[in-house]
Amino acid sequence: MNIIITIVVTALAVLYAGLFKAKKALLPLTLVGLLISLAFAVTAWNSNTVYYGMMEMDNFAIAFSSLTILGTIFIFLLTQNYFAKDSENVAEYYTLILFALSGIVIMVSYTNMSMLFIGIEIMSVALYILAGIRKSNFASNEASLKYFLMGAFSTGFLLFGITLVYGATGSFSLHAINQYLIGNYQAVSPLFYPGVILIMVGLCFKIGAAPFHFWTPDVYEGAPSLITAFMSTVVKTAGFAAFLRLFAGTFAPLHDFWMPPLMAIVCITLFIGNITALFQKNFKRMLAYSSISHAGYLLFSLVTLTANSANNVMVYAAAYTFASIIAFAVLILVKQKTGHDNFESFNGLGKRNPLVALALTIAMLSLAGIPLTAGFIGKYLMFLNVMNEYQVYLVAFAILNALVGFYYYLRVIVAMYFKEGSEVVLETPVQYKVVLILSVIITIFLGVYPTIILNLI
Amino acid sequence: MEQLLILLIFLPVIGALVTAFTGNAAKHVALVFAVASLALTAVVAGQFIPDASTQFVVNLPWIQDLGIHFHAGIDGISLITVLLTNVLVPIIILASYQHNYKSPAGFFALILFMQAGLLVVFTAMDAFLFYIGWEAALIPIYFICAIWGGKDRIKVNMKFFVYTIAGSLFMLLGIIYLYLQNPAHNFDIQAFYQLHLDPVQQGWIFWSFFIAFAIKMPIFPFHTWQPDTYTEAPAAGTMLLSGIMLKMGIYGVIRWLLPIVPAGVQEWGNTAIILSIIGIVYASLIAFKQKDAKRLIAYSSIAHVGLISAGIFALNTQGMQGAMIQMLSHGVNVIGLFFVLDIIFSRVKTNTIAELGGIAKSAPKLAIAFLIIVLGTVALPGTNGFIGEFLLLIGIYQYNIWAVVFAGLTVIFGAVYMFRLYQNIMLGKTNELTVGFADIKGTEQIVLVIICALIIVLGVYPKPILHLSEASVQQLLEQVNQKLTSVK
Repeated sequence: MNIIITIVVTALAVLYAGLFKAKKALLPLTLVGLLISLAFAVTAWNSNTVYYGMMEMDNFAIAFSSLTILGTIFIFLLTQNYFAKDSENVAEYYTLILFALSGIVIMVSYTNMSMLFIGIEIMSVALYILAGIRKSNFASNEASLKYFLMGAFSTGFLLFGITLVYGATGSFSLHAINQYLIGNYQAVSPLFYPGVILIMVGLCFKIGAAPFHFWTPDVYEGAPSLITAFMSTVVKTAGFAAFLRLFAGTFAPLHDFWMPPLMAIVCITLFIGNITALFQKNFKRMLAYSSISHAGYLLFSLVTLTANSANNVMVYAAAYTFASIIAFAVLILVKQKTGHDNFESFNGLGKRNPLVALALTIAMLSLAGIPLTAGFIGKYLMFLNVMNEYQVYLVAFAILNALVGFYYYLRVIVAMYFKEGSEVVLETPVQYKVVLILSVIITIFLGVYPTIILNLI
Repeated sequence: MEQLLILLIFLPVIGALVTAFTGNAAKHVALVFAVASLALTAVVAGQFIPDASTQFVVNLPWIQDLGIHFHAGIDGISLITVLLTNVLVPIIILASYQHNYKSPAGFFALILFMQAGLLVVFTAMDAFLFYIGWEAALIPIYFICAIWGGKDRIKVNMKFFVYTIAGSLFMLLGIIYLYLQNPAHNFDIQAFYQLHLDPVQQGWIFWSFFIAFAIKMPIFPFHTWQPDTYTEAPAAGTMLLSGIMLKMGIYGVIRWLLPIVPAGVQEWGNTAIILSIIGIVYASLIAFKQKDAKRLIAYSSIAHVGLISAGIFALNTQGMQGAMIQMLSHGVNVIGLFFVLDIIFSRVKTNTIAELGGIAKSAPKLAIAFLIIVLGTVALPGTNGFIGEFLLLIGIYQYNIWAVVFAGLTVIFGAVYMFRLYQNIMLGKTNELTVGFADIKGTEQIVLVIICALIIVLGVYPKPILHLSEASVQQLLEQVNQKLTSVK
């Protein structure tokens, strides 16, 4: 609980600091607040506190909270001068991101359906505003509207699903629902099944899994890059944690029922994400579509539920988060300098900016899943998970998709090193360097020695 | 003992890290490290007892939760490939001395990184480690070819990369499958050897591994990436690819494919031999028609590798021993050929056969060296190529007489196109391009002398090398046969 309180208090403090024009204090204040909440999270390890049956800070919740808080810290470090050019009231950005984060912590720790809904809504409402925060920018407005409409729509599905489940079980409590499923395994109320499917649809909207992904590319492209980074890493991780908590835990007894539709979703998601990413000329859109495909890989852990499913998602999400943060950081730098975010803007980057280019190379190799990077361990665990029940065809399909992934991730590397370009020197602020170097270290360390997080949860 | 192997594997890594920060002196630093590796290899070879056992074994827990160990060791088969790698890498570095590559530090660091990856592949006793080495060798060569290559390098390398990675991923699928079959849930090679898989499973595993190895070698019809890549790669890249990297595929077949899925090999080995032989004939015929010398050598390489793989799948001692020594010989020869072409290209900026001629007049030393290398390639008795091809052909003969009739074409065809190549480049009239051709000097001379010496020494006295691998090869074949009879 003190994690959430710290985040919210920080958010309010930042808002007040903004009112009193203390612009310089915003970032330090935020970082201190986040570091304190991270410390709270770490010290709560193994304590397993339950809050009135509504939330539970178990190791799962703490691990995912820590990951999302750390990701948010990295993204905040990238805010150097980023928001200032858009808006006079920079404090709003900070506050909104922090509020979204508080919603995220609820999403990873709920034990009651109502808390799931509240968490998702706190996060989403903040994001609707953030996506459209460039008031005068048409694309940003479009992104915001699209995100809001789709988000509201998916919330409807989710809520309807929760209602049906409530109708079948008479409770919002995950524990009670689970007990009901175990107790009435043979005679589950017919209301329950559509409920599960509707909840699945609602959550798939949130994590951008196909065929409910249509909002992602436009929203990711229209929103400011830093917000996109936040959405595609931290928010996505939270969505998966929420998904996992519900399906791998509470709904696990009905696995046979919801697995086939999920498997179809996995296949479509992988296919659509990869194939469309292949044809993008714009780096940011490529990242958006590839993030859809990563949603597909992440869902692998739900196709076959094992003792390690949760931890596998954790590893994959960590790998994906840090690699994506590098990608977006470099994207922001490149766009600031060249004004574009298509692949050509990266031409010749390797010569003038070896550090940035090397970081982006490692990020791309990790996203593609090359050994000795975190991304490979993540993918490997996912494949292993599904192979456990010898769903060889699914793995073979995923491998073919990974192959397509190699192709488009390499395009960035090709542009940076092998093509002659305008050879601009990027202005890389110190914070950016810190984020890039730390993310690279984490990516390689997890790739070479993943033992530390393999059995975390 | 075990420290020795760890040092052997990680010395190139350290070398690469040091080289990466040395700027223009990179080539000297890289050479020092490569020679140090070679010296270390000599120590290893000196201490090696040529029986069938695995020596210098390192077995450290690495990612224990997943059953992954840093488990490596050297037996006779490994030793040959380790020797191959560590003898050829310094030669390749020395052969790159004359080039002024842009950002040399990166270039030479990548070569050493690749060397480390190759050494992991050739010594791994853990399937996961093997896979990591397999990929770790690929990434540096991709960058070497794509950064320092010719003008079509981007497209060509994308094809190369996608091809090879496709193969590796399916091998990964096979490895994961075997891991799950293994009750101990680890990747230990001995555990994999002892798995009891039914023939259907073996068939699938066979293909998942075979495609990866066939692409690397390459065997027809998985070869289409190879000629373009060889042509577009920088000289050192071509040498690494043809001299060492394709042996990863051959080694993989011997070490992983045969003992793990003998029934699969029994069922599909014929197909593999037929594909290899088709590759031999087809690549030789195409080699005739090549206008570019580099492409000609690329195709001849497909033919030679086809012979090696056919010899392995014949599953007898002669074939296997022939493959062992031929791996070394082919590595030395093909590096020599590409180096000579590189020297020619650096002088006259072309490798088109029709534009050359009469070089022997102005560069007699080069002509002699080239002749020795060509003789080695066409397997003249007394050169290194002979003993290998001889053993391979005996092995294939024992397997099937018709197979050897077609496989033997490689020798005849090879002689024809290699001599024609020699004739058209070195002999005949000089033209305005070749009239002032400067003869070899300095490092070029050193490299060619080493290569020629290796060709002759291996050809005249191959026994010590054959002796190194003999016991291991015997044991491996016994193991395969035992497993086959126990299935029946």
